[in-house]
Amino acid sequence: MTYVITGSCIKDDSCIEVCPVDCIHPKRGAADFEVAEQLYIDPQVCIDCDACVEACPVDAIFAEFELPEKHGYAVELNAQFFAEQSTAERTAA
Amino acid sequence: MSRARPRVAIVGAGPAGAFAAACLLSAHGDAEIDLVERLPTPWGLLRGGVAPDHQEIKRLEDTFDRQTLRRGCRFLGNVEVGVDVSHSELARHYTAVVYATGAQTDKSLGIPGEDRPGSWAATEFVAWYNGHPDYRGLEFDLSAKRAVVIGNGNVAADVTRILTREVGELERTDIADHALQALRESRIEEVVVLGRRGPAQAAFTSAELRELGHLDGVDLGVDSDEVELDPLSRRWLAEQGTFTARTNVKLLREFAARPARADARRRIELRFLCSPVEIRGADSVEAITMRRNEIVRTDDGALRARPLDVDLETIECGLVLRSVGYRAVPLPDVPFDERYFVLPNQKGRVLTPDGESLPGVYAVGWIKRGPTGILGTNKRDAEETVRCLVEDVRAGALPQPPNPDREQIDALLARRKPDVITVEGWRAIDGHERERGHRERRPRIKLASRDELLAEAGAGSSESATSCT
Repeated sequence: MTYVITGSCIKDDSCIEVCPVDCIHPKRGAADFEVAEQLYIDPQVCIDCDACVEACPVDAIFAEFELPEKHGYAVELNAQFFAEQSTAERTAA
Repeated sequence: MSRARPRVAIVGAGPAGAFAAACLLSAHGDAEIDLVERLPTPWGLLRGGVAPDHQEIKRLEDTFDRQTLRRGCRFLGNVEVGVDVSHSELARHYTAVVYATGAQTDKSLGIPGEDRPGSWAATEFVAWYNGHPDYRGLEFDLSAKRAVVIGNGNVAADVTRILTREVGELERTDIADHALQALRESRIEEVVVLGRRGPAQAAFTSAELRELGHLDGVDLGVDSDEVELDPLSRRWLAEQGTFTARTNVKLLREFAARPARADARRRIELRFLCSPVEIRGADSVEAITMRRNEIVRTDDGALRARPLDVDLETIECGLVLRSVGYRAVPLPDVPFDERYFVLPNQKGRVLTPDGESLPGVYAVGWIKRGPTGILGTNKRDAEETVRCLVEDVRAGALPQPPNPDREQIDALLARRKPDVITVEGWRAIDGHERERGHRERRPRIKLASRDELLAEAGAGSSESATSCT
């Protein structure tokens, strides 16, 4: 299971501040931070603690099993963000 | 008389101003902050810009309220700086003045017919459907079958959705009642959205683009030839493209491959590599003429649109919404950078035309950095400005203003603007709107004229005119 961030995200960093395992990206200072349209949760790292849901001021974050149907795309989108990133890192290495 | 508590006026109660107030209260708990706002209501584009069918984003108002007004920050609404009170008067009453006035006008296209009746800035349409009191009286003619939206950003996506979405869905939002009524009678069947560059350069967020492709009863058309990328864009996307750009291109390919929906009531067509050259009509808008572009690489490496020497194309339409960006306007008595349309500043400290720092004057949000970024961008922007302000306070760089007491600015405003709206007035408006909304299962029903807002706030009545707390 994981939590996922949907397109309503306003990128105000509230979730990043409370995440205990640092699984929400991109973060301030990262190369892709300014151009990112939203933040994403790394499903490989998320521990389902719910802290980000509490912190989000616009209710953009859901547990995967509670994700409204219209946001169904977000599961793959969050995972895809990290998949592409690790591909880019491998290519750069 | 000496006072330790800095008194700060934040001009503009939109997201940038609200984030700045919240951040300042966290950094300097005893700062006394007045949010000075031209409108009777706070939260700027959160109320008047964010689309009504994006209600979840409007929940940010609860956070703003909790972090500012509920922590002692005052609201002075219906007060226009430069009209009701001047910059120098603010400077005489506050330790610091922070401008958070945003970008209030739209960029122009510079083509013939731009000002023809029926051709509007998309931001005017947005302000109208969101119940901005200054736009209450606009009359959009929605009787033609086709509208054209110029631009490929999120405002273009918003207005396209509002024009095509089932009215029943809008009835559950806080869209202004006058807009709802006009949209009920709309005869628009198709909205054509024009992008100057290609799919890889579209400025939509993928969330907005995805939404356009999944509206109930709306077909989204995109030509499969137009989603094929030119070699330059293909290379850019592979080597430097953002995650959003790659997601957008993928979405557009999916949309192009979908069969048309037979049951669609309305249709959206996305066109790429097209620039409008003229908005035509005998009197009001009847058609738009456009030319094809190709993507070229400029000397600085950017990919730009260049006109192709081919026949022009004309589309008949009765409404044009131009959405090619916001622009800030100069403020009276403070420096303005006419090239970048911002207050000249360094990390939020406003500078004179000679590049000297102007003590006690700051900028935050779009008036500081230009109209870029999303809501949360303003939080980081506000942190930077507030860091400078707090540094200056702690360094003793901000002299005590000549009239440092709250009662002095209140007395001045009471004379100038007896109908100033305070936090109580705003609570009355907010409560009334939510209550009306609750009865009809809507988040709120907005009071959309200045008179109604002032009446509901009780502005000018004996209790509120004398007290600003």
